[in-house]
Amino acid sequence: MAIKDTKANALIVAGVLCFVCSLLVTVAAIALRPVQQASKLDDKRKNILRVVNMYEPGMNIDEAFKQITPKVVELDTGAIVEDVDPATYDQYSAAKDPAQGGQMILGSADIAKIKYRPKYATVYMLYNDDGTPRTVILPVNGYGLWSTLYGFLAVESDGNTVVGINFYQHSETPGLGGEVDNPNWKQLWSGKKVYDEQGEVALRLVKGGVDPQAPDAEHKVDALAGATLTSDGVSNLVRYWMSEDGFKPFLERLATQHAGAAAAPSA
Amino acid sequence: MSDVKAKKIVLSPIADNNPIILQVLGICSALAVTSKLETALIMCVGLTMVTALSNLFYSTIRNYVPSSVRIIAQMTIVATLVILVDQTLKAVAYEQSKPLSVFVGLIITNCIVMGRLEAFAISNPPWPSFLDGLGNGLGYSAILIVLAVIRELFGSGKLLGVEILPLATEGGWYVPNGLLLLPPSAFFLIGLVIWAVRTWKPEQVEKPDFRIQAGQAHGAEAH
Repeated sequence: MAIKDTKANALIVAGVLCFVCSLLVTVAAIALRPVQQASKLDDKRKNILRVVNMYEPGMNIDEAFKQITPKVVELDTGAIVEDVDPATYDQYSAAKDPAQGGQMILGSADIAKIKYRPKYATVYMLYNDDGTPRTVILPVNGYGLWSTLYGFLAVESDGNTVVGINFYQHSETPGLGGEVDNPNWKQLWSGKKVYDEQGEVALRLVKGGVDPQAPDAEHKVDALAGATLTSDGVSNLVRYWMSEDGFKPFLERLATQHAGAAAAPSA
Repeated sequence: MSDVKAKKIVLSPIADNNPIILQVLGICSALAVTSKLETALIMCVGLTMVTALSNLFYSTIRNYVPSSVRIIAQMTIVATLVILVDQTLKAVAYEQSKPLSVFVGLIITNCIVMGRLEAFAISNPPWPSFLDGLGNGLGYSAILIVLAVIRELFGSGKLLGVEILPLATEGGWYVPNGLLLLPPSAFFLIGLVIWAVRTWKPEQVEKPDFRIQAGQAHGAEAH
Protein backbone atom coordinates (compact mmCIF):
# COMPACT_ATOMS: atom_id res chain seq x y z
CA MET A 1 0.00 0.00 0.00
CA ALA A 2 2.82 2.35 0.78
CA ILE A 3 4.28 2.05 -2.71
CA LYS A 4 0.87 2.44 -4.31
CA ASP A 5 0.23 5.79 -2.70
CA THR A 6 3.56 7.45 -3.46
CA LYS A 7 3.65 10.50 -5.70
CA ALA A 8 5.87 8.72 -8.19
CA ASN A 9 3.38 5.89 -8.51
CA ALA A 10 0.54 8.36 -9.00
CA LEU A 11 2.40 9.89 -11.92
CA ILE A 12 3.32 6.52 -13.40
CA VAL A 13 -0.23 5.16 -13.18
CA ALA A 14 -1.71 8.37 -14.60
CA GLY A 15 0.86 8.44 -17.39
CA VAL A 16 0.43 4.82 -18.42
CA LEU A 17 -3.36 5.07 -18.25
CA CYS A 18 -3.44 8.21 -20.38
CA PHE A 19 -1.07 6.66 -22.89
CA VAL A 20 -3.13 3.48 -23.24
CA CYS A 21 -6.40 5.42 -23.47
CA SER A 22 -5.09 7.89 -26.04
CA LEU A 23 -3.77 4.98 -28.08
CA LEU A 24 -7.22 3.37 -28.06
CA VAL A 25 -8.96 6.60 -29.05
CA THR A 26 -6.45 7.26 -31.82
CA VAL A 27 -6.75 3.78 -33.25
CA ALA A 28 -10.55 3.98 -33.17
CA ALA A 29 -10.63 7.43 -34.75
CA ILE A 30 -8.28 6.50 -37.56
CA ALA A 31 -9.77 3.07 -38.20
CA LEU A 32 -13.34 4.35 -38.26
CA ARG A 33 -12.75 7.55 -40.22
CA PRO A 34 -13.24 6.09 -43.71
CA VAL A 35 -16.46 4.37 -42.62
CA GLN A 36 -17.71 7.56 -40.96
CA GLN A 37 -16.99 9.66 -44.01
CA ALA A 38 -18.75 7.17 -46.22
CA SER A 39 -21.81 7.17 -43.93
CA LYS A 40 -21.82 10.94 -43.83
CA LEU A 41 -21.65 11.21 -47.60
CA ASP A 42 -24.35 8.57 -47.97
CA ASP A 43 -26.55 10.48 -45.56
CA LYS A 44 -26.13 13.72 -47.49
CA ARG A 45 -26.81 12.00 -50.80
CA LYS A 46 -29.85 10.27 -49.33
CA ASN A 47 -31.23 13.67 -48.35
CA ILE A 48 -30.57 15.11 -51.78
CA LEU A 49 -32.36 12.18 -53.39
CA ARG A 50 -35.25 12.57 -50.95
CA VAL A 51 -35.93 16.14 -51.95
CA VAL A 52 -36.58 15.09 -55.55
CA ASN A 53 -38.53 11.98 -54.43
CA MET A 54 -35.94 9.60 -55.83
CA TYR A 55 -35.05 7.93 -52.56
CA GLU A 56 -36.31 4.49 -51.62
CA PRO A 57 -35.11 2.62 -48.52
CA GLY A 58 -32.54 -0.02 -49.36
CA MET A 59 -31.63 1.45 -52.73
CA ASN A 60 -28.08 1.75 -53.99
CA ILE A 61 -27.33 5.37 -53.23
CA ASP A 62 -24.12 5.59 -55.25
CA GLU A 63 -25.90 4.25 -58.31
CA ALA A 64 -28.88 6.62 -57.98
CA PHE A 65 -26.63 9.58 -57.33
CA LYS A 66 -24.92 9.18 -60.71
CA GLN A 67 -27.86 11.05 -62.23
CA ILE A 68 -27.13 14.06 -60.08
CA THR A 69 -24.27 16.44 -60.86
CA PRO A 70 -22.95 18.78 -58.19
CA LYS A 71 -22.01 22.25 -59.44
CA VAL A 72 -20.59 25.28 -57.67
CA VAL A 73 -22.45 28.53 -58.26
CA GLU A 74 -21.26 32.05 -57.57
CA LEU A 75 -24.20 33.57 -55.69
CA ASP A 76 -23.69 37.21 -56.80
CA THR A 77 -23.68 36.46 -60.51
CA GLY A 78 -25.52 33.16 -60.57
CA ALA A 79 -22.84 31.71 -62.83
CA ILE A 80 -21.59 28.16 -62.53
CA VAL A 81 -17.89 28.27 -61.73
CA GLU A 82 -15.65 25.39 -62.73
CA ASP A 83 -12.53 26.23 -60.74
CA VAL A 84 -14.05 25.27 -57.38
CA ASP A 85 -14.30 21.53 -56.84
CA PRO A 86 -17.81 20.65 -55.58
CA ALA A 87 -16.50 17.42 -54.05
CA THR A 88 -14.31 19.25 -51.55
CA TYR A 89 -16.03 22.64 -51.25
CA ASP A 90 -18.07 23.09 -48.08
CA GLN A 91 -20.17 26.23 -48.33
CA TYR A 92 -21.10 26.34 -44.64
CA SER A 93 -17.50 26.45 -43.44
CA ALA A 94 -16.50 28.70 -46.35
CA ALA A 95 -19.22 31.18 -45.35
CA LYS A 96 -17.35 31.92 -42.12
CA ASP A 97 -13.97 32.16 -43.81
CA PRO A 98 -13.22 35.57 -45.39
CA ALA A 99 -10.32 33.98 -47.28
CA GLN A 100 -12.83 31.89 -49.19
CA GLY A 101 -15.10 34.86 -49.84
CA GLY A 102 -17.41 34.38 -46.85
CA GLN A 103 -19.11 37.53 -45.60
CA MET A 104 -21.12 38.54 -42.58
CA ILE A 105 -24.72 39.39 -43.34
CA LEU A 106 -25.45 42.66 -41.63
CA GLY A 107 -28.52 43.75 -39.71
CA SER A 108 -31.87 43.54 -41.41
CA ALA A 109 -30.42 41.82 -44.48
CA ASP A 110 -30.02 38.72 -42.36
CA ILE A 111 -33.59 37.54 -42.84
CA ALA A 112 -32.82 33.88 -42.24
CA LYS A 113 -30.63 34.67 -39.19
CA ILE A 114 -27.65 32.74 -40.46
CA LYS A 115 -25.03 35.48 -39.91
CA TYR A 116 -22.73 34.40 -42.74
CA ARG A 117 -23.10 34.11 -46.49
CA PRO A 118 -20.73 32.15 -48.68
CA LYS A 119 -19.48 33.47 -52.00
CA TYR A 120 -20.14 30.17 -53.69
CA ALA A 121 -22.81 27.56 -53.06
CA THR A 122 -22.98 23.94 -54.10
CA VAL A 123 -26.09 23.09 -56.10
CA TYR A 124 -27.10 19.72 -57.47
CA MET A 125 -28.35 19.44 -61.02
CA LEU A 126 -30.59 16.82 -62.50
CA TYR A 127 -30.55 16.73 -66.30
CA ASN A 128 -33.01 15.60 -68.94
CA ASP A 129 -31.90 12.98 -71.46
CA ASP A 130 -31.05 15.72 -73.96
CA GLY A 131 -28.69 17.39 -71.49
CA THR A 132 -30.90 20.34 -70.53
CA PRO A 133 -31.40 20.95 -66.80
CA ARG A 134 -34.57 19.39 -65.39
CA THR A 135 -34.37 20.11 -61.68
CA VAL A 136 -31.94 21.99 -59.52
CA ILE A 137 -31.47 21.21 -55.84
CA LEU A 138 -30.45 24.21 -53.76
CA PRO A 139 -28.97 24.12 -50.26
CA VAL A 140 -30.90 26.33 -47.81
CA ASN A 141 -30.51 27.10 -44.14
CA GLY A 142 -32.11 29.38 -41.61
CA TYR A 143 -32.89 29.72 -37.94
CA GLY A 144 -36.11 28.21 -36.60
CA LEU A 145 -37.01 28.14 -32.92
CA TRP A 146 -34.11 26.25 -31.32
CA SER A 147 -31.70 25.65 -34.10
CA THR A 148 -30.55 26.39 -37.59
CA LEU A 149 -32.39 24.19 -40.06
CA TYR A 150 -30.30 22.82 -42.90
CA GLY A 151 -31.98 21.42 -45.95
CA PHE A 152 -32.50 21.40 -49.66
CA LEU A 153 -35.11 23.02 -51.84
CA ALA A 154 -35.57 21.56 -55.31
CA VAL A 155 -36.82 23.82 -58.10
CA GLU A 156 -37.71 22.97 -61.68
CA SER A 157 -35.64 24.34 -64.54
CA ASP A 158 -38.12 27.20 -65.04
CA GLY A 159 -36.53 28.62 -61.90
CA ASN A 160 -39.90 29.01 -60.22
CA THR A 161 -41.80 25.77 -59.63
CA VAL A 162 -40.97 23.93 -56.41
CA VAL A 163 -40.35 20.18 -56.64
CA GLY A 164 -39.81 19.53 -52.96
CA ILE A 165 -38.15 20.50 -49.70
CA ASN A 166 -36.28 18.42 -47.17
CA PHE A 167 -34.41 19.29 -43.99
CA TYR A 168 -31.57 17.02 -43.00
CA GLN A 169 -30.45 18.73 -39.84
CA HIS A 170 -32.39 20.63 -37.19
CA SER A 171 -33.29 20.45 -33.49
CA GLU A 172 -36.84 21.73 -33.58
CA THR A 173 -39.33 20.38 -31.04
CA PRO A 174 -40.31 16.83 -31.99
CA GLY A 175 -43.97 16.65 -32.95
CA LEU A 176 -44.32 20.41 -33.39
CA GLY A 177 -41.55 22.18 -35.30
CA GLY A 178 -40.02 18.78 -35.90
CA GLU A 179 -42.94 18.12 -38.22
CA VAL A 180 -40.87 19.78 -40.96
CA ASP A 181 -39.83 16.16 -41.51
CA ASN A 182 -43.43 15.02 -41.97
CA PRO A 183 -43.80 13.59 -45.49
CA ASN A 184 -47.40 14.79 -45.74
CA TRP A 185 -46.36 18.34 -45.02
CA LYS A 186 -43.41 18.21 -47.38
CA GLN A 187 -45.77 17.04 -50.10
CA LEU A 188 -47.65 20.34 -49.85
CA TRP A 189 -44.65 22.11 -51.39
CA SER A 190 -44.71 20.29 -54.67
CA GLY A 191 -45.90 22.52 -57.54
CA LYS A 192 -45.81 25.78 -55.55
CA LYS A 193 -44.34 28.84 -57.24
CA VAL A 194 -41.50 30.79 -55.64
CA TYR A 195 -41.89 34.16 -57.43
CA ASP A 196 -44.92 36.28 -58.20
CA GLU A 197 -45.41 38.15 -61.45
CA GLN A 198 -43.20 41.04 -60.31
CA GLY A 199 -40.38 38.59 -59.64
CA GLU A 200 -40.59 39.02 -55.88
CA VAL A 201 -40.32 36.04 -53.56
CA ALA A 202 -43.94 35.23 -52.73
CA LEU A 203 -43.66 31.69 -51.41
CA ARG A 204 -44.39 31.53 -47.69
CA LEU A 205 -46.08 29.57 -44.95
CA VAL A 206 -49.52 30.71 -43.84
CA LYS A 207 -51.63 29.80 -40.85
CA GLY A 208 -55.03 28.21 -41.06
CA GLY A 209 -54.64 26.14 -44.19
CA VAL A 210 -54.53 27.05 -47.85
CA ASP A 211 -57.66 27.26 -49.94
CA PRO A 212 -56.66 25.71 -53.26
CA GLN A 213 -59.19 27.96 -55.04
CA ALA A 214 -57.61 31.19 -53.76
CA PRO A 215 -55.80 33.16 -56.46
CA ASP A 216 -52.42 33.12 -54.72
CA ALA A 217 -52.66 29.55 -53.38
CA GLU A 218 -49.67 28.64 -55.49
CA HIS A 219 -47.49 30.84 -53.28
CA LYS A 220 -48.79 29.54 -49.96
CA VAL A 221 -47.99 26.46 -47.94
CA ASP A 222 -49.91 25.52 -44.80
CA ALA A 223 -47.83 26.39 -41.72
CA LEU A 224 -46.98 23.77 -39.10
CA ALA A 225 -49.60 23.51 -36.36
CA GLY A 226 -48.24 24.62 -32.98
CA ALA A 227 -44.93 25.73 -34.44
CA THR A 228 -45.22 29.41 -35.31
CA LEU A 229 -41.54 30.19 -34.88
CA THR A 230 -40.33 27.20 -36.86
CA SER A 231 -42.83 28.08 -39.61
CA ASP A 232 -41.62 31.69 -39.62
CA GLY A 233 -38.07 30.38 -39.81
CA VAL A 234 -38.90 28.27 -42.84
CA SER A 235 -40.66 31.22 -44.52
CA ASN A 236 -37.65 33.42 -43.80
CA LEU A 237 -35.11 30.97 -45.10
CA VAL A 238 -37.08 30.60 -48.32
CA ARG A 239 -37.35 34.39 -48.59
CA TYR A 240 -33.60 34.81 -48.05
CA TRP A 241 -32.28 32.04 -50.25
CA MET A 242 -34.64 32.83 -53.12
CA SER A 243 -33.77 36.55 -53.00
CA GLU A 244 -31.07 38.52 -54.83
CA ASP A 245 -28.67 37.62 -52.02
CA GLY A 246 -29.44 33.94 -52.50
CA PHE A 247 -30.11 31.96 -55.62
CA LYS A 248 -32.23 34.40 -57.59
CA PRO A 249 -29.46 35.33 -60.05
CA PHE A 250 -28.79 31.65 -60.64
CA LEU A 251 -32.47 30.80 -61.04
CA GLU A 252 -32.94 33.71 -63.48
CA ARG A 253 -30.14 32.38 -65.63
CA LEU A 254 -31.67 28.95 -65.48
CA ALA A 255 -35.09 30.32 -66.46
CA THR A 256 -33.63 32.25 -69.40
CA GLN A 257 -31.84 29.15 -70.58
CA HIS A 258 -35.02 27.13 -70.11
CA ALA A 259 -37.13 29.62 -72.07
CA GLY A 260 -34.45 29.67 -74.78
CA ALA A 261 -34.42 25.90 -75.00
CA ALA A 262 -38.21 25.80 -75.21
CA ALA A 263 -38.32 28.44 -77.94
CA ALA A 264 -35.56 26.95 -80.04
CA PRO A 265 -36.61 24.38 -82.62
CA SER A 266 -35.81 20.92 -81.39
CA ALA A 267 -32.68 19.49 -82.90
CA MET B 1 -18.77 -16.35 -7.33
CA SER B 2 -21.98 -18.28 -7.29
CA ASP B 3 -24.55 -17.94 -10.03
CA VAL B 4 -27.13 -16.83 -7.52
CA LYS B 5 -25.02 -13.88 -6.46
CA ALA B 6 -24.20 -12.97 -10.06
CA LYS B 7 -27.87 -13.00 -10.88
CA LYS B 8 -28.62 -10.79 -7.93
CA ILE B 9 -25.95 -8.27 -8.96
CA VAL B 10 -27.40 -8.01 -12.45
CA LEU B 11 -31.08 -8.02 -11.51
CA SER B 12 -31.26 -5.95 -8.34
CA PRO B 13 -30.59 -2.59 -10.10
CA ILE B 14 -33.54 -3.20 -12.41
CA ALA B 15 -36.34 -3.04 -9.86
CA ASP B 16 -35.01 -3.16 -6.29
CA ASN B 17 -32.22 -0.63 -6.56
CA ASN B 18 -32.88 1.18 -9.81
CA PRO B 19 -30.43 3.98 -10.55
CA ILE B 20 -33.12 6.32 -11.91
CA ILE B 21 -36.13 5.73 -9.72
CA LEU B 22 -34.50 4.85 -6.41
CA GLN B 23 -31.15 6.62 -6.53
CA VAL B 24 -32.57 9.34 -8.84
CA LEU B 25 -29.42 9.54 -10.96
CA GLY B 26 -29.06 10.07 -14.69
CA ILE B 27 -32.26 12.10 -14.95
CA CYS B 28 -30.88 14.59 -17.48
CA SER B 29 -30.43 12.13 -20.30
CA ALA B 30 -33.63 10.32 -19.32
CA LEU B 31 -35.51 13.54 -20.11
CA ALA B 32 -33.61 14.33 -23.24
CA VAL B 33 -33.54 11.17 -25.30
CA THR B 34 -36.90 9.57 -24.57
CA SER B 35 -39.16 11.42 -27.00
CA LYS B 36 -38.48 8.65 -29.51
CA LEU B 37 -38.00 4.97 -28.77
CA GLU B 38 -35.26 4.56 -31.35
CA THR B 39 -32.95 7.17 -29.85
CA ALA B 40 -33.72 5.88 -26.36
CA LEU B 41 -32.68 2.35 -27.36
CA ILE B 42 -29.39 3.55 -28.84
CA MET B 43 -28.71 5.58 -25.72
CA CYS B 44 -29.48 2.51 -23.55
CA VAL B 45 -27.00 0.37 -25.45
CA GLY B 46 -24.38 3.11 -25.26
CA LEU B 47 -24.79 3.74 -21.56
CA THR B 48 -24.96 0.04 -20.64
CA MET B 49 -21.75 -0.64 -22.55
CA VAL B 50 -19.94 2.28 -20.98
CA THR B 51 -21.07 1.42 -17.44
CA ALA B 52 -20.24 -2.27 -17.76
CA LEU B 53 -16.87 -1.82 -19.46
CA SER B 54 -15.69 1.10 -17.35
CA ASN B 55 -16.51 -0.95 -14.23
CA LEU B 56 -14.60 -3.89 -15.70
CA PHE B 57 -11.51 -1.90 -16.67
CA TYR B 58 -11.38 0.20 -13.55
CA SER B 59 -11.81 -2.84 -11.37
CA THR B 60 -8.94 -4.56 -13.20
CA ILE B 61 -6.52 -1.77 -12.36
CA ARG B 62 -8.07 -0.76 -9.02
CA ASN B 63 -5.18 -2.16 -6.96
CA TYR B 64 -2.62 -0.05 -8.79
CA VAL B 65 -4.39 3.29 -8.80
CA PRO B 66 -3.47 5.55 -5.87
CA SER B 67 -6.54 7.01 -4.23
CA SER B 68 -5.25 10.55 -4.88
CA VAL B 69 -5.72 10.17 -8.65
CA ARG B 70 -8.59 7.70 -8.70
CA ILE B 71 -11.30 10.09 -9.89
CA ILE B 72 -9.27 11.36 -12.80
CA ALA B 73 -8.30 7.78 -13.67
CA GLN B 74 -12.00 6.85 -13.71
CA MET B 75 -12.81 9.85 -15.85
CA THR B 76 -10.10 8.94 -18.34
CA ILE B 77 -11.45 5.42 -18.73
CA VAL B 78 -15.05 6.61 -19.02
CA ALA B 79 -14.14 9.31 -21.52
CA THR B 80 -12.20 6.85 -23.65
CA LEU B 81 -15.12 4.44 -23.74
CA VAL B 82 -17.58 7.21 -24.54
CA ILE B 83 -15.43 8.40 -27.45
CA LEU B 84 -15.26 4.82 -28.73
CA VAL B 85 -19.06 4.50 -28.52
CA ASP B 86 -19.57 7.88 -30.19
CA GLN B 87 -17.15 7.16 -33.02
CA THR B 88 -18.66 3.73 -33.62
CA LEU B 89 -22.17 5.20 -33.70
CA LYS B 90 -21.11 7.81 -36.25
CA ALA B 91 -19.67 5.08 -38.41
CA VAL B 92 -22.48 2.53 -38.31
CA ALA B 93 -25.62 4.55 -37.59
CA TYR B 94 -24.87 8.06 -38.80
CA GLU B 95 -28.45 9.21 -39.21
CA GLN B 96 -29.45 8.07 -35.71
CA SER B 97 -26.26 9.44 -34.18
CA LYS B 98 -27.03 13.03 -35.21
CA PRO B 99 -29.75 13.79 -32.66
CA LEU B 100 -27.88 11.79 -30.01
CA SER B 101 -24.32 12.97 -30.33
CA VAL B 102 -24.44 15.58 -27.60
CA PHE B 103 -26.08 13.17 -25.14
CA VAL B 104 -23.66 10.37 -25.96
CA GLY B 105 -20.85 12.80 -25.18
CA LEU B 106 -22.53 13.62 -21.89
CA ILE B 107 -22.42 9.97 -20.78
CA ILE B 108 -18.98 10.99 -19.49
CA THR B 109 -20.64 13.02 -16.78
CA ASN B 110 -23.53 10.63 -16.24
CA CYS B 111 -23.85 10.12 -12.50
CA ILE B 112 -24.69 6.45 -12.89
CA VAL B 113 -21.35 5.62 -14.49
CA MET B 114 -19.28 7.49 -11.92
CA GLY B 115 -21.54 6.30 -9.14
CA ARG B 116 -20.99 2.62 -9.93
CA LEU B 117 -17.23 3.09 -10.28
CA GLU B 118 -17.00 4.72 -6.87
CA ALA B 119 -19.56 2.52 -5.16
CA PHE B 120 -18.72 -0.87 -6.61
CA ALA B 121 -15.80 -1.25 -9.01
CA ILE B 122 -13.34 0.39 -6.64
CA SER B 123 -13.64 -2.46 -4.14
CA ASN B 124 -14.76 -5.51 -6.12
CA PRO B 125 -13.09 -7.89 -8.58
CA PRO B 126 -13.53 -7.37 -12.34
CA TRP B 127 -16.26 -9.92 -13.09
CA PRO B 128 -18.77 -8.83 -10.42
CA SER B 129 -17.96 -5.22 -11.33
CA PHE B 130 -18.77 -5.92 -14.94
CA LEU B 131 -22.08 -7.51 -13.91
CA ASP B 132 -22.88 -4.60 -11.62
CA GLY B 133 -22.29 -2.15 -14.47
CA LEU B 134 -24.39 -4.28 -16.78
CA GLY B 135 -27.22 -4.46 -14.24
CA ASN B 136 -27.23 -0.71 -13.64
CA GLY B 137 -27.14 -0.07 -17.36
CA LEU B 138 -30.13 -2.37 -17.75
CA GLY B 139 -31.93 -0.65 -14.88
CA TYR B 140 -31.43 2.70 -16.60
CA SER B 141 -32.51 1.15 -19.91
CA ALA B 142 -35.70 -0.29 -18.40
CA ILE B 143 -36.88 3.15 -17.27
CA LEU B 144 -35.82 4.83 -20.52
CA ILE B 145 -37.74 2.28 -22.55
CA VAL B 146 -40.87 2.70 -20.42
CA LEU B 147 -40.69 6.48 -20.80
CA ALA B 148 -39.91 6.37 -24.51
CA VAL B 149 -42.76 3.95 -25.26
CA ILE B 150 -45.28 6.16 -23.45
CA ARG B 151 -43.91 9.40 -24.90
CA GLU B 152 -43.61 8.26 -28.50
CA LEU B 153 -46.87 6.31 -28.53
CA PHE B 154 -49.07 8.99 -27.00
CA GLY B 155 -47.03 11.97 -28.18
CA SER B 156 -46.78 11.13 -31.84
CA GLY B 157 -48.90 7.99 -32.23
CA LYS B 158 -45.94 5.92 -33.34
CA LEU B 159 -43.51 3.33 -32.05
CA LEU B 160 -40.07 3.12 -33.64
CA GLY B 161 -41.44 5.40 -36.35
CA VAL B 162 -44.26 2.97 -37.23
CA GLU B 163 -47.73 4.42 -36.92
CA ILE B 164 -49.77 2.73 -34.17
CA LEU B 165 -52.44 5.30 -33.42
CA PRO B 166 -53.59 7.04 -36.62
CA LEU B 167 -53.31 10.79 -36.08
CA ALA B 168 -56.28 13.11 -36.48
CA THR B 169 -54.15 15.46 -38.59
CA GLU B 170 -53.62 12.65 -41.08
CA GLY B 171 -57.16 11.38 -41.25
CA GLY B 172 -57.14 9.13 -38.17
CA TRP B 173 -58.82 9.56 -34.82
CA TYR B 174 -55.99 10.12 -32.35
CA VAL B 175 -55.19 13.66 -31.23
CA PRO B 176 -51.61 13.47 -29.93
CA ASN B 177 -50.58 14.96 -26.62
CA GLY B 178 -47.87 17.46 -27.55
CA LEU B 179 -46.72 17.85 -23.94
CA LEU B 180 -45.39 14.30 -24.00
CA LEU B 181 -42.89 15.29 -26.65
CA LEU B 182 -41.40 18.01 -24.47
CA PRO B 183 -38.76 17.18 -21.86
CA PRO B 184 -40.86 18.16 -18.79
CA SER B 185 -43.30 15.34 -19.48
CA ALA B 186 -40.54 12.87 -18.65
CA PHE B 187 -40.42 14.40 -15.16
CA PHE B 188 -44.11 13.70 -14.63
CA LEU B 189 -43.72 10.20 -16.01
CA ILE B 190 -40.67 9.41 -13.86
CA GLY B 191 -42.67 10.64 -10.85
CA LEU B 192 -45.55 8.34 -11.74
CA VAL B 193 -43.17 5.40 -12.26
CA ILE B 194 -41.57 6.05 -8.87
CA TRP B 195 -45.03 6.15 -7.28
CA ALA B 196 -46.03 2.91 -8.96
CA VAL B 197 -42.83 1.07 -8.05
CA ARG B 198 -42.92 2.26 -4.44
CA THR B 199 -46.52 1.12 -4.12
CA TRP B 200 -45.44 -2.28 -5.40
CA LYS B 201 -42.29 -2.35 -3.24
CA PRO B 202 -43.06 -0.29 -0.11
CA GLU B 203 -39.54 -0.90 1.30
CA GLN B 204 -38.25 1.67 -1.24
CA VAL B 205 -40.26 4.44 0.40
CA GLU B 206 -37.86 6.84 2.11
CA LYS B 207 -38.40 8.01 5.65
CA PRO B 208 -39.42 11.66 5.71
CA ASP B 209 -36.57 14.06 6.56
CA PHE B 210 -38.86 16.16 8.69
CA ARG B 211 -42.15 15.60 10.34
CA ILE B 212 -44.05 18.74 11.21
CA GLN B 213 -45.24 17.67 14.61
CA ALA B 214 -44.52 19.00 18.03
CA GLY B 215 -42.35 17.03 20.44
CA GLN B 216 -40.88 14.50 18.04
CA ALA B 217 -37.30 13.98 19.12
CA HIS B 218 -36.39 11.77 16.16
CA GLY B 219 -38.03 14.16 13.68
CA ALA B 220 -34.83 15.37 12.02
CA GLU B 221 -33.02 12.11 11.56
CA ALA B 222 -30.53 12.15 8.73
CA HIS B 223 -30.03 9.40 6.22
